[in-house]
Amino acid sequence: MNDLAAGFLRAIELIAAGDASLWEAVGLSFQVSGIALVLAALGGLPLGAWLGLGRFRGRGLAIALIYTGMGLPPVVVGLFVYLFLSRQGPFGFLGWLFTPNAMIVAQVIIALPLITGFVMAAVMGVDPDLRRQLYALGATTTQATIAVIKEARAGVVVALVAGFGGIVSEVGAVMLVGGNIQGSTRVLTTAIVLETRQGQFDRAIALGVILLVISFVINLAVLGLQGRGTLVKS
Amino acid sequence: MSETLYEIGPVEVRYPGRAAPALAIAEPLAVARGEILAIVGPSGAGKSTLLRVLAAVEKPTGGQVRFGDETLTPARMLSLAARRRASLVFQRPILLNESVTDNVAYGLRVRGIHGAAARVQHALSLVQLSQLARQPARTLSGGEAQRVALARALVVEPDALLLDEPTANLDPHNVSLIEQIIRAQHTQRAMTSIIVTHNIFQARRLATRVGLLLNGALVEIADTETFFERPRDERTRAFVRGDMVY
Repeated sequence: MNDLAAGFLRAIELIAAGDASLWEAVGLSFQVSGIALVLAALGGLPLGAWLGLGRFRGRGLAIALIYTGMGLPPVVVGLFVYLFLSRQGPFGFLGWLFTPNAMIVAQVIIALPLITGFVMAAVMGVDPDLRRQLYALGATTTQATIAVIKEARAGVVVALVAGFGGIVSEVGAVMLVGGNIQGSTRVLTTAIVLETRQGQFDRAIALGVILLVISFVINLAVLGLQGRGTLVKS
Repeated sequence: MSETLYEIGPVEVRYPGRAAPALAIAEPLAVARGEILAIVGPSGAGKSTLLRVLAAVEKPTGGQVRFGDETLTPARMLSLAARRRASLVFQRPILLNESVTDNVAYGLRVRGIHGAAARVQHALSLVQLSQLARQPARTLSGGEAQRVALARALVVEPDALLLDEPTANLDPHNVSLIEQIIRAQHTQRAMTSIIVTHNIFQARRLATRVGLLLNGALVEIADTETFFERPRDERTRAFVRGDMVY
């Protein structure tokens, strides 16, 4: 218990002192996860809406694949991205292994099914007659779909929060494909693992506290944008 | 001779898993510009299916519907421009989770018409809801929501207004108000209205012509007085007398 209390005190000192390596890991974490979230959202929003609203052959299989993807172990994703980006791999020519680009690729693969699955569930929760009503008012299919996504905005925000939470907190994939190189690919989670292994519990706790606080603040801000997403029915 | 806006049929709509067609109009039915046509019939007669086809929200599975100079068939949808000449008001209004004004402006927005505050305000004044313009639509009563849905359909000044049981479950005040609006649009703009209802009294009050739909088929259609006073078909007589159970 004493170690834990001392660790927290030391963590506060480190944060207050503005430790350079600590803030470097913070910056890279949010840079990598932020870019991965945007890319995953660009794919996951339309894909989720399509799966939620569309009726086509193979839809059930596609949904089963998305649900499976929502539970993908990050370390398995990391392993496959590693193999694809390694020198002998099909994308080895890119030279992305042990760079932030490889970490972004891995995190996009983790976040995409999460965002897709939650968006799909959110748009499926919108009254199915809404699209028909909007269509009958002269909307095109795209315009009606955008309106349905807007109506499902509460669920869409949950999708983004879940996607962000899933990637900013994962360690297995970024450790494998990033390599935890200081000043280059060391992010908060991999730094926490390293500091713990070295017995530097105060630094590990400091990093953990920062990760939690920043995640909390970001989620709070996103939830502020959520608004109210209930349909009006007579 | 009045200009024909719709020429309906022969047309058929079938749904998978159902042996009988939901809609099967054998004889072509012309609807003139400026008329108020009421289609009456019991629940499940195919009235709503007919309106969805007329609004081109749904394609027929057989036959055709002519709207203006375009034809809707199983293989061909109406153009967007033609589809936007008709507005459909559903029995159950589903409003967007936005203000009353934004809901009414939706049809204008999707047509790329922005900054048409005067038109939105005029539509709201037609349904006597100007005072609720800024209110969130989710706070409205059922009658107010239906009036907003009507304003949302009228703001785009459609050639055809299609109404699916627009006053079902509403109180007499709202029923009377909505009927007044439909009559006024008919008089002032010569707008064609097609209203489906199981309320024969409403059909008699509003329509210039009335048709009875039973099991997807049009049993009889006549001017309002003839339909109610001298119906030709025994089933129409039974429906008008209120003997038909529905």
